[in-house]
Amino acid sequence: MKPVYLKPESLKDVVTSYCPGCGHGLVHRLIAEVIDELKVREKTIGIAPVGCAVYAYDYFNFDVAEAPHGRPPAVATAIKRCLPDRIVFTYQGDGDLASIGTNEIIHAANRGENITVIFINNANYGMTGGQMAPTTLPGMRTTTTQKGRDSKLHGFPLRVSELLATLEGTVYIERVSLIDPANVIKTKKAIKKAFSNQLTGTGFSFVEVLSPCPVNWGLKPLEALKFVKDQMIPYFKLGILKDKTEEMKKEKGA
Amino acid sequence: MNKNKRLISGNEAIAEAAIMAGCRFYAGYPITPQNQIPEYMSWRMPEVNGVFLQAESELAAINMVFGASLTGTRAMTSSSSPGISLKQEGISYMAGCELPGVIVNIQRGGPGLGNIQGSQADYFQATKGGGHGDYRMPVLAPSTIPEAAELMMAAFDYADFYRTPVLLLSDGILGQMMEAVEFKEYKPIKKLVKKDWILDGARNRVPRSIFSLMTAPGALEKHNWKLLEKFSKMEKEVLSETYLAEDAEILVCAYGIMGRIGKAAIQMARKEGIKAGLFRPITLWPFDSKTASLYGSKAKKVLVVEQNLGQMVEDIKLAVEDSKKVFFHGRPGGGVASKEDLFEKIKELIK
Amino acid sequence: MEANLIICGSGGQGVLLAGTVLCHAAIKENKNVTWLPSYGAEKRGGLSYCAVVISTEPILSPLISRPPVIIALDNIGFDFYEHTLADKGLIILNTTLIGRETKRKDAEVLKVPITQIARDLGNVRIANMVALGVYLGKSGVIMLESVIAALDSVASSKYKDLILINRQALEKGFEIGVQNKKRG
Repeated sequence: MKPVYLKPESLKDVVTSYCPGCGHGLVHRLIAEVIDELKVREKTIGIAPVGCAVYAYDYFNFDVAEAPHGRPPAVATAIKRCLPDRIVFTYQGDGDLASIGTNEIIHAANRGENITVIFINNANYGMTGGQMAPTTLPGMRTTTTQKGRDSKLHGFPLRVSELLATLEGTVYIERVSLIDPANVIKTKKAIKKAFSNQLTGTGFSFVEVLSPCPVNWGLKPLEALKFVKDQMIPYFKLGILKDKTEEMKKEKGA
Repeated sequence: MNKNKRLISGNEAIAEAAIMAGCRFYAGYPITPQNQIPEYMSWRMPEVNGVFLQAESELAAINMVFGASLTGTRAMTSSSSPGISLKQEGISYMAGCELPGVIVNIQRGGPGLGNIQGSQADYFQATKGGGHGDYRMPVLAPSTIPEAAELMMAAFDYADFYRTPVLLLSDGILGQMMEAVEFKEYKPIKKLVKKDWILDGARNRVPRSIFSLMTAPGALEKHNWKLLEKFSKMEKEVLSETYLAEDAEILVCAYGIMGRIGKAAIQMARKEGIKAGLFRPITLWPFDSKTASLYGSKAKKVLVVEQNLGQMVEDIKLAVEDSKKVFFHGRPGGGVASKEDLFEKIKELIK
Repeated sequence: MEANLIICGSGGQGVLLAGTVLCHAAIKENKNVTWLPSYGAEKRGGLSYCAVVISTEPILSPLISRPPVIIALDNIGFDFYEHTLADKGLIILNTTLIGRETKRKDAEVLKVPITQIARDLGNVRIANMVALGVYLGKSGVIMLESVIAALDSVASSKYKDLILINRQALEKGFEIGVQNKKRG
């Protein structure tokens, strides 16, 4: 019998600790598929964040380091500089990347580090129980904004992709989602491009994934996807925010 | 003239010694009085195909060292007191993850932004933890620039051998002053084995991971016990110098820059027939309590001299049985006792 | 043999360089040296100082709390360090920039219009070398030849054309120093 759907080699055969309906497992799988397809599993080093994905090294079947909270871009920078022919990526949530680690992500991006960053935006701190994140939407209830996020008190949701797109050092930035199969396929395409860019030495590539967090949002998995579609996407617009891939390739070729 | 002798600042000597010891990654952030280290590294590292990175912050710098270290590269960072406070996060993680690396603290006055004058105010931070969690870290305190170069090379060996961060604790005076150094060829002081734990891509091997989060029941406790075993081994690496301590009636205890100034005061005292001697710890952790105890117990009085309000004096009091005979002379905030000051103090105590 | 001196003035006067050149020369004569600078936020102006210890023995303290010799290039340095001079110490005083007399009645003062001499030689910035020359001539601690040789090793290629004038400055100062050797 011909198998039609297998676990990618880049994923370990284990059960994850992610909640039902969470986006992390899906994005893990997409990354694993891409790494298999690019045949780089044996030269990939992933950096796990602090947050729900902290245990990524238990799930990915390649070398993974766990960095201090927010510091994966600094750790990845050093790894890539020491081992330029390896594939180095960070996998970070919104607390890690958009709050405590804003300095590290901005400067790694601005230096144009030839790394790949996968940014999971689920609008809250998942692991610690659903507190307000910098990406929490106005009016959204979290355990630290129990009456809903008040922008007068807490400021506004941070659009990291837009911010990074303004930096000279960045090459490819796209925001994607997991709201339906078509968008999942788009997400995989974006992830593949972000990794391919590193292989060709094109430069800093960043994929922001709007990801459901049904348990902390107090929604059922399907409702959570609908929340992403109806609430998050209007604020965090999907699409390519920057793409200098071809330009950079030409520059490198010339 | 000895052609191999180089007039060099402490900061530059530390940087060059690191290069000679095979350090191939440096990340740092500007702060006085250690700026000559990143400045030197910025041109020297590329000469040896190493990596120099001016990081966006001390936090990023230490985490870059974390990253470089996990690839098996000998890596270091340097800073001065306020910056070292920021680096404590990474130091704790490196201790937890058992990653080698060398951190240099060219101490300045504190607390807070303090000033930029040489100081020894970070002894507690350096030797009693600094970062969070149950860990120990070797701390080396040079007294001269040649010794700083020597200890810098040794720091990388200790770091690799024990898979631990190692701190070179110096100060603004030693960092800024110049002295002639004859760089000795680097020879490892420990038998170093191939690093079989690094992350460099799981080619023909099982994937590896490096982490410090251990939430499974009992996992962290087990890890802590394992670390303790290592710390116990590290504890045997004590280094100290004694000078005329055998018959000393007054034992001066001082480290780093104060160690050499203390020695000068002892020479003045001996000239006047006062039996003064020196105990100078070179490793501040592990602390050579045995030697301190031996000569401290024999002496009539013990004088601890520091460039702070009294920090190492606590370790001396623990080592010397009769702590009532332990006296302290310190100058905080960048103040520094001269050999004449110390000589007066010795005379006063021996009366 | 041990010689302790401090050189003081303002940032930009080459105080630190004069001390550095002296140290290089001392090393050429197989002596031990320590050089300890003041360091601060200012790049130009503001107090500048270095303490130099030269010895045939290993040097323990790089600090000089009571210097037997002070080379004072301007008021800023002089005002600050005058009182630290050791009893009956020597002050090499740049009279071009320091108008006042010393308050230290016990001191031996060697008054030299250091900056004026530098100006006459064609470059006010070599006052530091004039001062160093005076010290060499007066003290005999290090040979003039060693210091001239040291100039070569200190000057980067960018400044090689300035070696000659620095040498002239050293020689001019040295002459004055030697003339004043017996006095006091």
